[in-house]
Formats: sequence, C-alpha cells, structure tokens
Amino acid sequence: MKILLIAEYRDGKLLTGYTEQLGFAEKMGAEIVMFLAGSDSALPNYGGKLYLADASSCGEFNPDAHKKMILEVVAKEQPDMVALAHSSYGWDLAPRLAYGMQAAQVSEVVDVQDKLLVVPACNSKLRRSIRCTTGQTVVTLQAGAFKPVELSAAPQVEKVSMTAEGRVIFEGYEAAAAGGVDLTKAEIIVSAGRGIGKPENVAMIAGLAKALGGEYGASRPVVDSAWVEHNRQVGTTGQTVAPKLYVACGISGAIQHLAGMKKSEFVVAINTDKDAPIGEVADVLVVADLMQFVPIFTEKVQAL
Amino acid sequence: MKILVCIKQVPDMESKFKVAAEGTWYDNQDLAWRMNEYDEYAVEQAVRLKEQVGDADLTVLSIGSDKVKETMKKALAMGCDRGAHIADDAAWNKEPFQVAGIIAEYARDKGFDVIFTGMQSQDRGSGQVGVLVAEMLELPSVSTIVDFGYEAGTIIAKRELEGGIKAKVKVQAPAVVTCQLGLNTPRYPTLPNIMKAKKKELLSIPVAELLKVNARMETANMFFPEKKGGGLVLEGEAGELADRLISILKDKTTVLK
Ligand SMILES: Cc1cc2nc3c(=O)[nH]c(=O)nc-3n(C[C@H](O)[C@H](O)[C@H](O)COP(=O)(O)OP(=O)(O)OC[C@H]3O[C@@H](n4cnc5c(N)ncnc54)[C@H](O)[C@@H]3O)c2cc1C
Repeated sequence: MKILLIAEYRDGKLLTGYTEQLGFAEKMGAEIVMFLAGSDSALPNYGGKLYLADASSCGEFNPDAHKKMILEVVAKEQPDMVALAHSSYGWDLAPRLAYGMQAAQVSEVVDVQDKLLVVPACNSKLRRSIRCTTGQTVVTLQAGAFKPVELSAAPQVEKVSMTAEGRVIFEGYEAAAAGGVDLTKAEIIVSAGRGIGKPENVAMIAGLAKALGGEYGASRPVVDSAWVEHNRQVGTTGQTVAPKLYVACGISGAIQHLAGMKKSEFVVAINTDKDAPIGEVADVLVVADLMQFVPIFTEKVQAL
Repeated sequence: MKILVCIKQVPDMESKFKVAAEGTWYDNQDLAWRMNEYDEYAVEQAVRLKEQVGDADLTVLSIGSDKVKETMKKALAMGCDRGAHIADDAAWNKEPFQVAGIIAEYARDKGFDVIFTGMQSQDRGSGQVGVLVAEMLELPSVSTIVDFGYEAGTIIAKRELEGGIKAKVKVQAPAVVTCQLGLNTPRYPTLPNIMKAKKKELLSIPVAELLKVNARMETANMFFPEKKGGGLVLEGEAGELADRLISILKDKTTVLK
C-alpha cells in the first residue's frame, strides 16, 4: 500500500502535524510519498520523496491550485490513499481531492481496527468503522490520534511546477486578539461551558476560580456568545493549557476542547450527563447540576 | 439574487444514545431533535444577506423524513422564503458524497448566487458536504467561515484556522460557503414570524428524483468508544459531593493546602 501525505505550511512555517501522518502511515504499514506547498528552507524530517511546490508563488492558501498540483502528483504516484490532517487546511482540501480522484473520503480518522478506519460520531459519544468501496481513498486524521514519528533524514525533493491560478483570493492572516489574561501561565483553571446556561453565571465560575486561587476559562460557545472574552477560550481555536488542576463546569468534552486541556495534571468535570465525553479525560467526574454544586463547593473551599 | 441554505436535523448531543439494531447508526427513538448547530449560523447569515440585498429569494433545503419539516419551519420563521424538503426516510444512511449529490442535483439549474451550509453536522461530523456541492457544481467554495460580507457580487470572508488565527479571503459569487460556530448570533424566531412561516411554501421532492450518485463508503459498525480514563465518577447529594471532591483534591493534588 502507498500513501501520499499532505504536509502543511502556514505563515512561513512548516506545521508539525506531518509527524502524526507519518505515524499513521507506519501503523498502516505503507510506503510513503509526501507533498508540501511550502518552502525548501523548512523541510520535513523524513527520508522519502517530497513533492515540493513553492508557497511564495502558488500561495499558502489557494485551494484550486493546491488541488490541481496534488492531483498531478496523484496521477504520477498512483497512491492507494491520500492522508491529510483534519485541520482547517486538511478538511478544506480533502473533499476537493476526493472529488477529483473519484475517491471515498473518510473524515477525522482516530484509529485503525481490523483494517477499517474508525471515526467519531455524535460529539465523540460514538464511533463508526468505515468500509470504502473505491480503489483510492482520501482521509483526514484527527490531531493527536496517531503517535508522531520523527525521522531525522532529509527528504529527496522533487519540485512541482506551479499553478497560481485560483478562484479564492487569499488576502492575508489576521492574528488572534492579543492581551489580557494569559491562561497558559495559570496553575489552576476553572472553565465555564454552555452548561452554565446564562451569562450571569460566569461570575459563579470566576468565583470558584478565585476561591481556588486560579483563573477562569471557557469553552467556545461561551466565548462565541460573548459572555467571556476570546483569550480565555480553551481549545484548538483558543489556548492550549496544562495547569495542575482543570475544572470543567458544564463542558461536554468535544475533541476541540479536549485538545486544549487534556495535558492538565488533574481534571475535574462537573456535568449532569454521566456519559459526557469529558468523562474520558476527567480524573473525577462529579455528576451534578453545577448550579447547585458550584456554590456549595466554592463555599467549602473558601472555608478551608 | 437567489440564495440557498442547506440544513440538517440532528439529535441533541446530550441525548442518551443507543446503537440501532442493524449496528450501523444510532437508534432514532426517544431523541430530542433540533437544527444542526452549524446550520443555525448558516441560516442566520443567509437571512442577513437577503436583508442586505433586499431583492432576494432564499430557499432552505433539508433531506430527511417528514419530521425534518419541523426544523425547516424554524428556518422559515427565521426568514427563509421557501422550503425544499427532499423526502428520504433513509437519509440517516446516506454518506456525504450522496448528500452532496442530492443537493447539487437540486441546485444545478436554479442559479443560486450563494449557497450556505454548516461546516459539518454534529452527528456525522464529516465536514464534506458543502465543499463537495461546490465541486459538483464547479463553483468556488470557502469553508469554516467566521465572518461574511457581500459587496457587488464579491464575498469577503474570514476562515478560521487553528489557534484563533483567521485567513482573509475573497471570492466571486456564485460560490458556496460553509459556516463555523460563532459566525453571527442566530436570531430567535418571533411569534408573528412563526405564524407567517406556516403559510410559506414547503415543497416535498422524493429523493429518488435527485439521487444520481452511488455511495462510496458505508458504516461497517457503530459502537461506543472503550472507556479508557480510569476516572472516578461521583454521584450523590451536592454537599456530600463537595466534601468528597475536597478530600480527593487534598489527596491527589497540591492545589489545596
Ligand atoms: C474547527 C472547530 C474548532 C473548535 N474550537 C473549539 C475550541 O477551541 N474550544 C472549544 O471549547 N470548542 C471548540 N469547538 C466547538 C466544539 O466542537 C464544541 O461545540 C464545544 O466545545 C462545546 O462546548 P460546551 O461543552 O461548553 O457545550 P455543549 O457541548 O453544549 O455541552 C454542554 C454540557 O453542559 C452539560 N450541562 C448542561 N447543563 C448543566 C448543568 N446545569 N450542570 C452541569 N452540567 C450541565 C451538558 O450535559 C453538556 O455536557 C470547535 C469546533 C470546531 C468545528
């Protein structure tokens, strides 16, 4: 079996996700080739063949052009599978490639069991194993699902002729809002999820954080609703934190949230739903209504 | 201007799920159903675009059994003009390529200027349909948008990337955009609008008329993930739970002195 891995490059830097793609390919026992729209000054550590397009000419984000170049590599290499990260770049490009290849696309692969790809369903409460009926497949891999492999060798680079044409015009990046609290420095974080119900209850969560001598954070819906500012958001599109204690209040435990806090030393979850996926990473799951539990717990902590 | 927004009805994710007897999907009994969260942003943005340009016709499309009409009525009450219900009792078993095929077939000669979808569904979570619809219709597409503007035929959007960074992009309509959480604040339908929605056109089309592509994959097996975390589960009265949690924290961490 041969897999074409699509590495990622952003804002002048090679992203490290390709190491997990290498881990996946190893698990599949596959022969590997790689494609990167990047730069020869930031090459992946991997000893095989790398098809390299110059991002400064074809654009870092140019789906039409990237699709075209990758399909040319596919035509030449005839891989059985094309693997991308399940990232903003990967999930955007994968359906375009799958369509061009007339291939099935399996999104957000978390495991391989009995040769079948396994993906999550229903906010990770369930799993599905998938059987494809096409010769070639395109897959995206959930971040963190496969063990990264670092190879020290340098790739054999083959330059890809560039296409700069594309219908989507990329006009630059906008940085995440800076300033305010730096959650990554906090030793204790108490986070509010949608389960807090209304903005008035942020104060209750902040109160518990204060009683414990920590900071408060939030899941995305709480930030999207503007109940809490963005620099307190924990997760893939917010902060990645690893405090000594993380208390998740009314947070279900979606993968994008977990990615931002699962390295915490000790995790407590307070949730009415005993089956909430947050239970997977929690050292203690308190099955309770946070409206009742948090005030009492806060009082008892203050009394210590 | 013609606008299409595609929505899906999904179970509330807090539901207690069971695997159905066939073993390839969840049991659809005893679940509370609602509009896929990502699609709520799509509907809101589509309605805002219609309000902005004035002279626009906005269709909401959903594939599923009769019960998805309930969710479509919410979209109509939010401001969509008409509904296209693709009647399919087996919609739960369609994979993204088929779903996109159905939508593309419906949209093909209707001349939509902008097609909105959610970036993914909460249950299947493939994140493919919007982009595939665009590929099938040979339209450009922008996925995962958290900001949308429209000016004289040009869509100006921001895509969300990891770490809260955004990519600013421009694309010429007709185009497809897939909507990410936080794109806007979806409105609540008002009572008068709910009443008005009842009179709006909601046409059912049998899926057989639109399904022209075959599945490229199937679910072999649906199952619950193995519980890996050896975490402790505490249940009981709040005061007692608080005491137990405090003693655990004293025992297992250094944060309580
Ligand atoms: C590309 C992408 C990036 C994303 N990035 C992030 C990110 O950076 N951070 C992030 O957090 N999310 C992110 N998300 C969103 C993520 O998928 C989830 O939608 C989100 O994390 C859900 O937040 P939540 O757990 O607070 O809400 P829900 O999933 O709605 O969960 C609410 C929880 O509260 C519980 N609850 C309800 N009432 C009570 C009560 N009274 N007492 C106790 N518990 C209660 C419920 O049982 C439920 O488990 C991203 C999604 C995508 C697609």
